[in-house]
Amino acid sequence: MTTDAGTLPPALAEIVEDFASSPPRDRLEMLLEYSQSLPSLPERYAAHPERLEPVPECQSPLFVATELDEERRVHLFVDAPAESPTTRGFAGIFHAGLDGLPAGDVLAVPGDVTSRMALAEVVSPLRLRGASALLGRVQRQVRDLLAGQ
Amino acid sequence: MALPHDPDPRLAEYAHPEKLVTTAWLAEHLDDPDLVVVESDEDILLYETGHIPGAVKVDWHTELNDQVTRDYLDAERFAQLMRAKGIGRDHTVIFYGDKSNWWAAYALWVFSLFGHPDLRLLDGGRAKWEAEGRPMTTDAPQRPQTDYPVVERDDARIRAYREDVLAHLGKPLIDVRSPDEYTGKLLHMANYPQEGALRGGHIPGARNVPWARAANDDGTFKSRAELEQLYRGEAGLAESDDVVVYCRIGERSSHTWFALTHLLGFERVRNYDGSWTEWGNAVRLPIERDLEPEA
Repeated sequence: MTTDAGTLPPALAEIVEDFASSPPRDRLEMLLEYSQSLPSLPERYAAHPERLEPVPECQSPLFVATELDEERRVHLFVDAPAESPTTRGFAGIFHAGLDGLPAGDVLAVPGDVTSRMALAEVVSPLRLRGASALLGRVQRQVRDLLAGQ
Repeated sequence: MALPHDPDPRLAEYAHPEKLVTTAWLAEHLDDPDLVVVESDEDILLYETGHIPGAVKVDWHTELNDQVTRDYLDAERFAQLMRAKGIGRDHTVIFYGDKSNWWAAYALWVFSLFGHPDLRLLDGGRAKWEAEGRPMTTDAPQRPQTDYPVVERDDARIRAYREDVLAHLGKPLIDVRSPDEYTGKLLHMANYPQEGALRGGHIPGARNVPWARAANDDGTFKSRAELEQLYRGEAGLAESDDVVVYCRIGERSSHTWFALTHLLGFERVRNYDGSWTEWGNAVRLPIERDLEPEA
């Protein structure tokens, strides 16, 4: 598998490389760690879950909101239940790899990034579909925010 | 050596009470060397966040399925899997999992294809065990390899292929998907990924009994009387019927297969695991749709 890291933001490229170069057993363990590192929602979303957009392509409930700060940097807010660690893991990866980046960098992330992490063989392609859907939602929300500015 | 049955009076009313154990019974027998606990979940990482002490994980997608052909493991690879998990042919295997044991029932059904003698479900599954504050651990189980024999899979008894379903048309079929999938309004469960069915609807003549109607809110099975009312009363099944159950890929229908076979004592129930992801894509197979025309 070739990893075309050139088009990925450095933080996400590093995560992709970590996954792709690890033995399958370790990839699950890493995904679990990302599920644990997903930050909890700030009060303005925790108290108003309706402000988050559902991502129905995931097998488990997943909700996402995106904000742009004054410098047009993207901030991600994702919520998934503790009993859905795989979904939380995908969310944790994108949070670690994309949060705080300029909007243009987030929009430039290729849609196939999830397949470059070599996760399909450890979690199954079906479960991976939710991860691509999450990225798609984030990018669409960023485009909407830019259009609204 | 198989373990004694759980004598709990709540289970005694079922046709085969030996196929279920209560959380209290399992807690008491957890250290028995003749028992192996298997966790099977929808979420592949849930086990890693904490599991019943000593339980091994079996993933339906990456471990029980052949990764090339759409089929289950063959006899040789099933034996290899069992040896690696530390499961012997004489072990009593207790399955539990998330989502009211939906995937646990599926794993139990796949193990049944290989005729493993003593397979049971933990009534209420993972959620009930956790809700009762029973012990969970992230410690990996240490189980010695076994010499599990190579036993041929016997599909004919409890598994139906699409040819079998075609030959079965006119006899009782139970579609356990949600009403919107059954009528053809949705191609997949609400809030679940579209798994690629090209057509919506159901197999002609199938009755719709969503699988979760067999479960209580705490994940345990409904009482015998409630299950009788559901399947004999509402769905009109009789014990002597030849029944085929199906859903989307055969997982939810494994739960119904378990209820009909082991809790109500039906003798001829087959699970069509090709289910809607095969039937809804196959060329020239008959489909029924119940959608009301848009007003």
